[in-house]
Amino acid sequence: MARINTSRSRLRSFTARRPKRGALVIAAALSMSAFTAEIAAAPMQNPKGGHSIADTGFTWPTVEQTVRVLTLRDYNTRIVVMGVTCLGLASGTVGTFLLLRKRSLTADALSHAALPGIGLAFITLVLLGQDGKHLPGLLAGAFIAGCLGVGCILIIRHTTRLKDDAALGIVLSVSFGLGVVLLTIIQQMPVGGQAGLQRFVIGRAASMGARDAWVILICAAAVIVVCAALFKELQLLCFDQGYAGAQGWPVIRLDVILMALVTMVTVIALQSVGLVLAVAMLIIPAAAARFWTDQLMRMTLTAALIGMVSGYLGAVISALQPRMPTGPVIVLVCAAGFGVSMVAGIRRGMVVRVWRHWQLNNRVAMQHLLRAMFEQYESGTTPDRAFDGARMIQPRRIKVQFDKLLPKRSWTAAELRGIAATAVRRGLIHRNDDNSLSLTDAGGAQARRVVRNHRLWETYLIHYADIAPSHVDRDADQIEHVLGRDMVDRLERLLSEQLPPRTVPPSPHGA
Amino acid sequence: MNQPTANPPRTAAADADRAVPPARMASRGVTDDQTASATPVAHTAPPTGEEHPRTAPLAIHDMTVAYDRKPVLWDVDLNVPEGQLVAIVGPNGAGKSTLIKAALNLMPMVSGQVLIYGKPYRKQRHLVGYVPQRETVDWDFPVSALDVVAMGRYGRIGWFRPVTRKHRRAALDALERVEMAQYAHRQISQLSGGQQQRVFLARALAQDAKLYFMDEPFASVDAATERAIVRVLHELKDAGRTVIVVHHDLQTVTEYFDYLILLNMRVVTHGPVDDVFTQENLRMTYGGRLTLLSEAAQLFTQQSRSPRVD
Repeated sequence: MARINTSRSRLRSFTARRPKRGALVIAAALSMSAFTAEIAAAPMQNPKGGHSIADTGFTWPTVEQTVRVLTLRDYNTRIVVMGVTCLGLASGTVGTFLLLRKRSLTADALSHAALPGIGLAFITLVLLGQDGKHLPGLLAGAFIAGCLGVGCILIIRHTTRLKDDAALGIVLSVSFGLGVVLLTIIQQMPVGGQAGLQRFVIGRAASMGARDAWVILICAAAVIVVCAALFKELQLLCFDQGYAGAQGWPVIRLDVILMALVTMVTVIALQSVGLVLAVAMLIIPAAAARFWTDQLMRMTLTAALIGMVSGYLGAVISALQPRMPTGPVIVLVCAAGFGVSMVAGIRRGMVVRVWRHWQLNNRVAMQHLLRAMFEQYESGTTPDRAFDGARMIQPRRIKVQFDKLLPKRSWTAAELRGIAATAVRRGLIHRNDDNSLSLTDAGGAQARRVVRNHRLWETYLIHYADIAPSHVDRDADQIEHVLGRDMVDRLERLLSEQLPPRTVPPSPHGA
Repeated sequence: MNQPTANPPRTAAADADRAVPPARMASRGVTDDQTASATPVAHTAPPTGEEHPRTAPLAIHDMTVAYDRKPVLWDVDLNVPEGQLVAIVGPNGAGKSTLIKAALNLMPMVSGQVLIYGKPYRKQRHLVGYVPQRETVDWDFPVSALDVVAMGRYGRIGWFRPVTRKHRRAALDALERVEMAQYAHRQISQLSGGQQQRVFLARALAQDAKLYFMDEPFASVDAATERAIVRVLHELKDAGRTVIVVHHDLQTVTEYFDYLILLNMRVVTHGPVDDVFTQENLRMTYGGRLTLLSEAAQLFTQQSRSPRVD
């Protein structure tokens, strides 16, 4: 038996989608990245002129400065903010698909793999007698190395029986180690300009020139155009790759396109956010967007917006505080956006969930109260169980004592008082002078509907248990909409048969 | 440990049978090694190159599928007749889903050939609809039921173009056929399991294919969904379509299907349900599992009961 199970599960794992990686792993990777960023940040502070390393003071910018930066008056600020904003736009868009494809950590490995690419590109350029800091050359190196990194992951995944996370861990750490070794070698090379390479580790947007910003703009535009053109194909790929394959869509090629887009975004993020944190720009806006919508197009747009705003704010803050490392600031702004979304997101945010839960509790309690009242009426002097027929006559003249309602349910006196107060406010229940309760006309009608639905559902579940689960929407106000008129007629007949003989059987509807 | 792990527990005699190399096994007549009578069985796998392979919706020749050196399917040879509801039945790990996946090119074959209406699958994709198992996707994905069904139209829409109103209309029609139109705009995680299964079915219907593959559509669904699926199966049959269903419930085989393929790593036998659904064939497929056999015995006594389908 065990053997069957293993072979079956192997089969599954061969064909099924990649296993979900825990959020824990991502969190761990991110925290590790943040740690390395901290280390890398230390040497970054001295080359900046004007501040000494001993100067740890934090000066608030003046209002004029702030306004100047926010309105993008300075040419330099404009360049940087434009570049980073475009980056946020592109990373939010691609990140949505990356997140839904469950390849977040692949992007992380990819960005780390870019570091040795930069190092090798620098060495190659210097050996060729060029300027080692030639940006397009360095980015090309990063792009190629990133692709090689993804290639390594794929090779490990397909030729060994190692799981994905192991392959990712190996590639990520080894390439980062290789990158650091290469950077150390470069530091000792007898040429200038090495110090600038550090900026790729955690990013320094201030070093961005007009030409760099144009590179970012063009790459971001290309990424967005491809995403828009392939929107439906990528949606299918992320949702159901097996079906996509059966339909003849080239799954592997689409995957390669998606990873190429991710690589492109990572590479243009190197300069402003840095390679350790590039993955945050891809994942966090998309993850935040998921709290706001249940629709992929809207999610993509929301993620792009969040990425854009984070990029803008991060760039502005780092323009106001030049000693702040740009990458971490942008990521922290992103994280703030994520926090806000997690709490306030209108689809899945915590507030909405708590609110829905509270509403449900309230509705159920109200129904319980109305039913309890109605049952008191039934057991009183005027039996009235014709739910659909004659109106309840003057429900107000029957008074129900609070003490009689209390044992009907498991509610506490305080809970009952609270829900009764709500019912009074809504005009469903009238509080008499002697503090007893009566149903109003509206309350009577609603109570009758609630009781009728409840009893019909009970009858239905008893008699049609086999088909019930698919139809149970017991909260539906109009039971006919869920079950259909015929079924309700049948149920009413069943219900009237069960009634004790002293009560008037309900008349067929419409009386 | 050179024997395949996907085998169900079997008797010693069957184990001896399994030790025979696969190539020789196919040529050997399959004999019932558990009954004393030892009569040759009528419905063994037919030889290759038989009637109408050109027009058969699905013709499989000499298919062997292995996963990581462990053969899952051996020498499958099969012609499925047109316009029938076909069930693939067999024990767990018999390779039922693998057969479908290999036929759809989702899994590499070690050897063999699959022809859909006489041509390779690559050229006939537009004729084939596929309903995968429900668990293969993440139902938390941010799409509505209608979006998922519209995926069935992607092949017609083609590269780069968005889903137009015409195709959305077709998707809605497909949802209506499985009684799900009212849930069209719900996010898919808010649907029950049976409703999700019907969404998958609707997606295949939206394709308007000639040959359908369904992987365990009846697995853990509610009775309403089961009825809806059966009704759709009959509609498809009436429209002359062929449907191949991986099925796990012996109780309903005779009720729902016309044609039966009994599979346990090889095709034990196939043919019209009435001929093939016999106790002996089931024993050969499932091995000596007593509970199943007694269940089957019960089935034969009540085979004449009226179908539940309306």
